[in-house]
Amino acid sequence: MDELNNRDIDNKEENLSLDDERRIKVLSPGMLVFKRFIRNKLAIVGSIIIISMFLFCFLGGALMPYSQSEVFKNYEMMEKDYAAVTQNDALLYTVADGEKFDSIAQSRLILAINNNAPTFESGGKTYTLATEGEDFHVIGATTEVASGKGIKNKFTLTPVADFTPSADFTAKFDAAVLANENGFTTDDGNSFVIEKSKVAASVFQAKEIVMAAKNVFEGDRENDFEFCLAAQRALVAGNAQSFDVTGETFTLTKNEDNSASITDALGEEQLFVSRWVFKESETGTVYPDGFVAAVQDAINTGKESIELTNAEGEQQIFNIERAITHYKIRTERSTYKIMIYHEPSKAHWLGTDANGMDVMTRLMYGGRISLIIGFVVVLLETILGVILGGIAGYFGKWIDSLIMRIVDIFNCIPGYPIYIILGAVMDAEKVDPIKRIFYLMIALGILGWPGIARIVRAQILTLREQEFMTAAEATGISVNRRIFKHLVPNVIPQLIVIDTMSLGGIILTEATLSFLGLGVKYPLASWGSIINAVSNVFVMTNYLFVWIPAGLLILLTVLGFNFIGDGLRDAFDPKMKR
Amino acid sequence: MVIYGIMRCIPTSFVEKMAREKSTLPGGKSYTEWLAELNAIYKMDSNIIEGFFTWIGSAIKGEFGESWQYNVPVVAKFKVVIWDSFYLAFITLILRVVISIPLGILSARKQYSKTDYAITVFALIGISLPTFFFATVLKLIFSIQLGWLDLYGKVGRFYEQLSPMGQFWDVAKHFIMPILTLTLVNVGDLMRYTRTNMLEVLNSDFIRTARAKGLPEKTVINKHAFRNTLIPIVTIIGGTLPSLFGGALITETLFQIPGIGYTSYQAMVGGDIPFTMFYMLFMAILTLMGTLIADILYAMVDPRVRIG
Repeated sequence: MDELNNRDIDNKEENLSLDDERRIKVLSPGMLVFKRFIRNKLAIVGSIIIISMFLFCFLGGALMPYSQSEVFKNYEMMEKDYAAVTQNDALLYTVADGEKFDSIAQSRLILAINNNAPTFESGGKTYTLATEGEDFHVIGATTEVASGKGIKNKFTLTPVADFTPSADFTAKFDAAVLANENGFTTDDGNSFVIEKSKVAASVFQAKEIVMAAKNVFEGDRENDFEFCLAAQRALVAGNAQSFDVTGETFTLTKNEDNSASITDALGEEQLFVSRWVFKESETGTVYPDGFVAAVQDAINTGKESIELTNAEGEQQIFNIERAITHYKIRTERSTYKIMIYHEPSKAHWLGTDANGMDVMTRLMYGGRISLIIGFVVVLLETILGVILGGIAGYFGKWIDSLIMRIVDIFNCIPGYPIYIILGAVMDAEKVDPIKRIFYLMIALGILGWPGIARIVRAQILTLREQEFMTAAEATGISVNRRIFKHLVPNVIPQLIVIDTMSLGGIILTEATLSFLGLGVKYPLASWGSIINAVSNVFVMTNYLFVWIPAGLLILLTVLGFNFIGDGLRDAFDPKMKR
Repeated sequence: MVIYGIMRCIPTSFVEKMAREKSTLPGGKSYTEWLAELNAIYKMDSNIIEGFFTWIGSAIKGEFGESWQYNVPVVAKFKVVIWDSFYLAFITLILRVVISIPLGILSARKQYSKTDYAITVFALIGISLPTFFFATVLKLIFSIQLGWLDLYGKVGRFYEQLSPMGQFWDVAKHFIMPILTLTLVNVGDLMRYTRTNMLEVLNSDFIRTARAKGLPEKTVINKHAFRNTLIPIVTIIGGTLPSLFGGALITETLFQIPGIGYTSYQAMVGGDIPFTMFYMLFMAILTLMGTLIADILYAMVDPRVRIG
């Protein structure tokens, strides 16, 4: 002060007029409040928290490449069933191309085998049965190829359907008839059966159409009937090392367990014969080369896993598990699935949640909703509170008592029960999530205004009696303007403090409701509903990254609002300073 | 007074209607007859206003009906569950007072010191902490990582086999976390209030006089300032006395303590009108009583009010 006075005196000595530069600076009330606010460290911390929260929620949400309900999926290695292996105990049928051998025929065949019958009939057809070894049967079918009439031993044949009798066929037939034989074989290897009476004769072609064996054929040529038949015959023959099919020679290598692999002249495996049935778990699975042999080797030697090169040229590990009646082969395969509870990574800074959504993004959008709800509700509360409180305070008398009784009633209504019931009702009615938020805002606002109304009323009651109001009345300003232009602005400091404080409270309430599953609902996010994940104890224990950040954000935001409110109160009301 | 009581309940009748709609929904779609029968049993066949007045009529006589969800008279259920809530709230209140008043005074005495900042931040964190978040963190630390306490419930698995003393300790153990939660969440308010009041008192003239007389600082604080600070604090605490019976809805639900809060939460979610209505009325009465007690205490503690 001394210094100031001195300066003033100096000034006066120089120049006796008081111009702007030399006037003592007087701060406006707003400026004073601002200065005091700035000096409060906690208030500054609070402001920084809130500003960064806004940046995080609004700017962050806009910058984030993901949307709030985007579900992330990825390929992941997962052990899956690959195939099952069983030892075969039933006859398996290998049927030649273009032939049919239905289940009725199959059961007839089994009957015939049990009765040692050489032929059996099914569906009007006669089949011949030849047992060529243990559990190895060859079934032949006869088809009429030609028939004719004649006398004695001379018949003229007319071919049936598209059969073209060769010269050899006719010659062999005639010879057979003359010799009174029942059948003949032509030079090209087909055999025929003759059925004749005195005046008519029919020729049937006998053809091996089905092979029934308990062995399983796996390999490139597993559907080649003739090849399989030849292989099986060679296998049954015992010490055969090789056999010929249609002019090619194949090598047969027998293993100890009676399985055998058949290789062609180049040494490539064509067929693998064994008693094991392989059933792939997914249709369309192509076994890698040597898979069958390797698995059998592993089963016989008791190995638990084998490694093979698959079609893509990668090493694949197959694990073999013994089940009661069969062996299970499992392998790791990449599977397309939703990323549930992924640990934080570069792509997802806070990991993903139960729905495979990015936690960080949901935090941002959830924050938006929480903050918007907070502000809208406070606005609603303030509007209601100022209007009703203002009216009550200004008019007094019965209007005052009426409004204050309403305030009392609202004060008596416990908030949470109402919200919970509302939430339950909205659940039952399946209200749209966005509409829910509006209802929630309205409910919070309606139940929140009495506090503000009280403060406004109390302030206005004291202000009403002051001189400036008498002056306002004397100038004849309308009641409306008197209340809202002259009285209410004087309440604004208190209002700002109360509003800031209650912002925090509302965010807390909303979070609590969402946490209980009654507030903001999926697919919309809210901080509370993100923490809701902890109702699953497993998530609570193991996926901290899902719920801890949300909780901290709520804490920080509410804390920030409280800091600011506290700072504002001190700034507006410097009486508290010693 | 009676008119006031009715007025007070009008908004809750609105709630009753909503709860009604909800409770009729599950059966409403397929079993119309069944629904009608149920409606008759539960006296839901009358319209809302009529139903409400029937309810009010019997409520005044002290008949609150049977709880639909618990199948016992509302009052009987209430008598069973109220004590858990009371003990919970009572211990919390004691802890609150013990913690917040000394800290509030300390923070006022050393305004703008580091201690003050620390206490203020602590109090504000307490206020800002979401109950459910804090409860979850407590559960994570004490139940899961340390394994000391049970996650939920009021009694342990072997409660029936314990001796009476053991049973008491078992319940006490289950109450630790809820009480901790409630205390931390509620302590901030009272602490801030104490600080504000203490500051006001410390700035008043009689303290200056006491100091001027040369009284030791201890006497000034403990005798002159503290007693005057007590006036509003006692009023506030007196006002919260009835709410000891109100239960802590959220905390009880989180820890599944079968107090009045958790019970009525279930009733509300389940659309149990009699119990919910009873709870609402009960809460309203408690709030009223709180205001009343606060007013009376204020007059008792501070003679100036009586004259004014």
